[in-house]
Amino acid sequence: MGELARELPVSRPAVSQHLKVLKDAGLVIDRRAGSRRIYQLDPEGVGALRAYLDRFWSQALTAFKAAVEQGDEEVS
Amino acid sequence: MPATDTSVRASIVVDAPIERAFAVFTDGIETWWPPEHHILQADLAGMTFEPRAGGQVYDRGVDGSECRWARVLAYEPPDRVVFSWDINTQWEVETDRDKTSEVEVRFVSEGTDRTRVELEHRKLDRHGDGWEQVRGAVGSDDGWAVGLRRFAAVARAT
Repeated sequence: MGELARELPVSRPAVSQHLKVLKDAGLVIDRRAGSRRIYQLDPEGVGALRAYLDRFWSQALTAFKAAVEQGDEEVS
Repeated sequence: MPATDTSVRASIVVDAPIERAFAVFTDGIETWWPPEHHILQADLAGMTFEPRAGGQVYDRGVDGSECRWARVLAYEPPDRVVFSWDINTQWEVETDRDKTSEVEVRFVSEGTDRTRVELEHRKLDRHGDGWEQVRGAVGSDDGWAVGLRRFAAVARAT
């Protein structure tokens, strides 16, 4: 985690907090190695699929809203 | 959200009556579906959402090819529609129904010209292992790179 914190323009506690969010979402897993905590992308589970679909549906519904509100030419 | 969650949820409020919201989502799917999100070899010519339970959703390519990637499981205008997601980890049509997920969309009227649309894509664990392909897609420039830039921006504001 210290390595991540060094690379990012944010404080160490902020990185820790955001890694916790990624862990709760099933995107990363962590393990303790001495005083260090190692994070890696979760190779199992549905985290990657969920991340992909989360983005996809958010994009799709935004486009859907635009289509619904643009008038009645296409669909009555 | 816990790591055991096997659903993705999304919702949006649109300035339109519930009947129109339902019609655009189903019959008008090709007017809003992100056009790069299809698994045809050819470019996408159009999409069809058959308006009945037992119908299908399919993409049509400019070369006349078709890709039937969803089965309509429930069709209840203007309140609800449910369809399957028959796409496997190799981005092919999944023929084993036990390995497909499903999408439920609910339409809730919030006034004469206002509708809330709630979407749940669930049973994602049924697709099984092998999501390296998806991780590859998520890892492409418009996936994780964008996510990480946003991560940095949000983290900076913390």
